[in-house]
Amino acid sequence: MIHTPRPGLVVPGGAAASALDTDAIRKDFPILQRVLHDGKPLVYLDSAATSQKPRQVLDAVNAYYEQHNANVHRGVHTLAEEATALYEGARDKVASFVNAPSRDEVIFTKNASESLNLVANMLGWADEPYRVDADSEIVITEMEHHSNIVPWQLLSQRTGAKLKWFGLTDDGRLDLSNIDEIITEKTKVVSFVLVSNILGTINPVEAIVRRAQDVGALVVIDASQAAPHMPLDVQALEADFVAFTGHKMLAPTGIGVLWGRQELLEDLPPFLGGGEMIETVSMSSSTYAPAPHKFEAGTPPISQAIGLGAAIDYLSAIGMENIAAHEKEIVEYAVRRLQEVPDLKIIGPDTAEDRGAAISFTLGDIHPHDVGQVLDEQGIAVRVGHHCARPVCLRYGIPATTRASFYLYSTEAEVDALIDGLHTVRAFFG
Amino acid sequence: MKMDSMYQEIILDHYKHPHGKGLRDGDAEVHHVNPTCGDEITLRVRLDGSTVADISYDSQGCSISQASASVLNDLLVGKQIGEAQQVQEAFLELMQSKGQSEGDEELLEDAIAFAGVSKYPARVKCALLSWMAWKDATAQALAETPVRESA
Repeated sequence: MIHTPRPGLVVPGGAAASALDTDAIRKDFPILQRVLHDGKPLVYLDSAATSQKPRQVLDAVNAYYEQHNANVHRGVHTLAEEATALYEGARDKVASFVNAPSRDEVIFTKNASESLNLVANMLGWADEPYRVDADSEIVITEMEHHSNIVPWQLLSQRTGAKLKWFGLTDDGRLDLSNIDEIITEKTKVVSFVLVSNILGTINPVEAIVRRAQDVGALVVIDASQAAPHMPLDVQALEADFVAFTGHKMLAPTGIGVLWGRQELLEDLPPFLGGGEMIETVSMSSSTYAPAPHKFEAGTPPISQAIGLGAAIDYLSAIGMENIAAHEKEIVEYAVRRLQEVPDLKIIGPDTAEDRGAAISFTLGDIHPHDVGQVLDEQGIAVRVGHHCARPVCLRYGIPATTRASFYLYSTEAEVDALIDGLHTVRAFFG
Repeated sequence: MKMDSMYQEIILDHYKHPHGKGLRDGDAEVHHVNPTCGDEITLRVRLDGSTVADISYDSQGCSISQASASVLNDLLVGKQIGEAQQVQEAFLELMQSKGQSEGDEELLEDAIAFAGVSKYPARVKCALLSWMAWKDATAQALAETPVRESA
């Protein structure tokens, strides 16, 4: 197996028996106390779809609405100033969380999809040298979430640019054997996922970034499944843009992040126009505010951003290295136990090496919908379907998968419950 | 176990031993998908005058969608188009009943086994996939060869 060093990802080896006190952590998540159906405790194994929220985040959102609610950046009254300080304080927290050189490089969006669409639209409307046009090539991979495929398909259709992609190996990794033919002098932008939401694969950032830099292409990284789970350092990644979403990292829905290099944000044109993103407006033309406000038209998701700030405080207090180490233990255990189930096939890397906290699998001929339904009756929440990554299912000739995903509150006992549940599924449909 | 109300023995039987599966000649063919879960069906309808002569299909998906296609074949083949449409409408109504209807057994026969599925919003589309495909294919077949009223 090729082991590529990954800048920005620090996963310490030789973790202690338990990197986290999950009992204490679980007490912070009211929803994890829920009991379903006939007294079955909730076993929540769908954090890759959305994470649960700790009381600290819920309290921060409530406190904002109960004590500070006002629109931001447009008032001189006390509440407006407090709301603005909280909202901009969240930006500081995000900047520090991803080691951004400047807080002005952090753009708030509504989710990772919007972040990626924003980049695609900036590049479609840009002047040279960034402009994507009919002579350009765009490079993605076959393991992208639809949110990192469709915006580039749209850009390709609208500009005539050619869309290319890296294929996958049989064991669920990127096939980079033809990297020099895929990324060429014509490539304007390379956009790829850091951790696959369906395969769990952690991709070799450095090899791709190196080749992209050699040909002068911009690099966009979808870190939606990375930011919640491991230390993220945008400078070490050497990317030009990094996108992620809040709700997968303990924050509310409706808040996403696009980090971009400052000089690019200065040069690239705005996408959405409206209030807040302007400097002056006349009836014939406008000038724009400096980044990040240039890219934040309209009233932003204020309480959601504050919730994200609280989530980052919570994650940082525990420590992203510790969370990564905990998840590595859980994933090692889950990969081993899953392979004990007859007819179960992991779709993606079948070891814990270079692997995130989402594990997809098939179970003989039993359709994932049926697997998920019977698991649900036992209180176990998994995701079934194509996980917004249908090309991956096509690549491996399967209609769908069942996916179990883990987070800082996941325990080995929950893995055991999943395994027992899968035996019940087999007995039911056998 | 509660899920027994969804996975009735009749449904599991049809799932394990589907009736009429496989593509045969038809007057119209449609391909329907359930984008939320990847269930797919290619379905052909052959009409003989005003009779549903054959419903053939190739499909992949969960037990509910597979069993539903099998029951559809059982119930509608051999019926007059008008009767078949009544059954289809009754099945649609049952599936939209959110568990509030038991279904008209005289009209729906084996299909009343799906009453329990109507309590699970995520699965209703699975049960309806083949039935909506049949409706679509029949409309197309009728548009191409209008049924001659028998004298």
